[in-house]
Amino acid sequence: MDPIAVNGLNHWFGTGEARKQAIFDVSLTIERGSLTVLMGPSGSGKTTVLTLMGCLRDVQQGSVRLLGAELNGADTAMQETMRRRLGFIFQAHNLHESLTARQNVLMGLQVHGRGDPSRQRDAVDHILTLLGLGHRIDYLPGNLSGGQKQRVAIARALVANPDIVFADEPTAALDHDSGHLVVEMLKRLGQERGTTTVMVTHDNRILDLADRIVTLEDGRIVRDSASLAHPATMSTGGGSVVRTDHGA
Amino acid sequence: MTALLARLLGRLPIGWLQLTHSRTRMAAALAGVAFANVLVFVQLGMMGALNGTVEMTYAPVRADILISSEDANTLTDGSPLSRRVLFQALSDPEVAAAAPFYLAKVDWSRENGSTASLNVYALPAEAARFAGPDIAGSLATLALPESAMIDERTRGADPEALAGITPQAPLRFEANGRTITATGHFSLGGGFSADGAMVVSDQTFLRLFPARIAGTPTHVLVDVTPGADAGLVAARLSDRLAGEAVQVRTMAAAQAADLSYQTTQRPTGVIFGFGVAMGVLVGLVIVYQVLSTDVADHLREYATFKAMGYPHRFFLGIVFEEAAILGAIGFVPGLILSLGIYAAMAEATALPVVMTPLRAVLVFAGTVLACAASGALATRRLRAADPADLF
Repeated sequence: MDPIAVNGLNHWFGTGEARKQAIFDVSLTIERGSLTVLMGPSGSGKTTVLTLMGCLRDVQQGSVRLLGAELNGADTAMQETMRRRLGFIFQAHNLHESLTARQNVLMGLQVHGRGDPSRQRDAVDHILTLLGLGHRIDYLPGNLSGGQKQRVAIARALVANPDIVFADEPTAALDHDSGHLVVEMLKRLGQERGTTTVMVTHDNRILDLADRIVTLEDGRIVRDSASLAHPATMSTGGGSVVRTDHGA
Repeated sequence: MTALLARLLGRLPIGWLQLTHSRTRMAAALAGVAFANVLVFVQLGMMGALNGTVEMTYAPVRADILISSEDANTLTDGSPLSRRVLFQALSDPEVAAAAPFYLAKVDWSRENGSTASLNVYALPAEAARFAGPDIAGSLATLALPESAMIDERTRGADPEALAGITPQAPLRFEANGRTITATGHFSLGGGFSADGAMVVSDQTFLRLFPARIAGTPTHVLVDVTPGADAGLVAARLSDRLAGEAVQVRTMAAAQAADLSYQTTQRPTGVIFGFGVAMGVLVGLVIVYQVLSTDVADHLREYATFKAMGYPHRFFLGIVFEEAAILGAIGFVPGLILSLGIYAAMAEATALPVVMTPLRAVLVFAGTVLACAASGALATRRLRAADPADLF
């Protein structure tokens, strides 16, 4: 079963005369363990697609099946349950300013309920050390650099071994080596644990690590490296829609 | 503290960490909560003083049953009643004793030119069983004409000088054109309608107030026989005296009715009641403001947690945690400040402005509850927060 299956997805913003369609009939299936990059100019709809797939917005029309569950019509409880199986890396890191690096990452574990505190602590310290923050574990975000904050946010997203990681410009605040390290880590997670990663990025330096690159323009998929590699699976319907289905 | 709270809550004590992260903001929040406490305490203190003075007016006398004229809303109000009700009451087999009780107000013109208004309590000198504990022992000495016991806490008087009064060192003063000799003292205090009190015999009272006659006391005090139910006897007397335009109540019922009248019918009581309501309302607004500002300041961080899958009850937990911490810590300076204000108010007015343990506990519980309710209200914005906006 593919972890993400999007079919005929449309999305609008605003109401009444100001209502404007942002996503047009997008269909996309993403394989388990793959690292998919969504690219496109600003306003192309890539972040909207990311948030719809990530259970952060209500699906208005079409189908989004996430880990086998249909998100169209999902209630709050189901959305919360699904979100706990995901990891999010935000562009603006969104760390809690009054929590230390360790406590911020711990929040990624405690969302699953009470656990053994010492094991949780070990897991947190391990991932922070892996990301080169072993010496900053007890620092508050205010005392960390932008890159260090982003690595804490990445640790928070990954510490609970999510099934899928959604990332929005995760390497924007990182230097080349750190950026590569993070993306390599995400790729390794895919290979070792089957973690699927969907990433929005403008960072060309990391494209070589992507398994697949999907390009959006004006709310439509205009290019898909997987389809280009396998033209036979590519189909077009509904005007400019490009449908790709690896599972087929 | 963080480790203790983490153990208690079973999660990171985010509320505590948020509050202590910004000391200045926490100090401002605590000041807000403490101020809300002071507001409520001061208003309750004034209301309590009114209640205390009502209670106080009953202290010089005691009885199981009080018979008053039907227009007597308080102990000091109402028309005199006929003494024949006293004899009618005595005819009940379960009435052990009855005595006339006279009450009026007199101005005490002091040597320094100031005047104090005194409630004059008068009982027959032999009716010691109807006198309060401070007075009963000395009531017989008041049989001497124009002698009196005076309230040592009379407003504007030197309490030490009044407390030094003895039969050997009496205090003489003019009241209603007569020279009164105070040979003893007791402790009562000023109220809203009088500055102090004086106890005299019924005979001295009648000389002080020539317009009053022995046959029309202000109230009649009644004691029931041992084992008799005062409520039942009062009801029976009420039936028996149905044609007399009087009301017969147990002393406790009369006092409760007096208190109710003073707090709900008299302007002073109504104003103090509004004061308490306003104090609570303003306190609520302050606490709400403190917590809603805190929620607004952390909205982005909460939305992040929401995106991670934390349910709404988790955020309620954080806000309740903050509410409990602010309510508990803010209460301490609020209480200390209020005690100081109470002392100053009591000193300035000679009113019984005192902090009772019950009031302190109720205000504490109310503060924590108000904080929790305000916090719950403040998280409404969070419910609407869209985690998608984080991207």
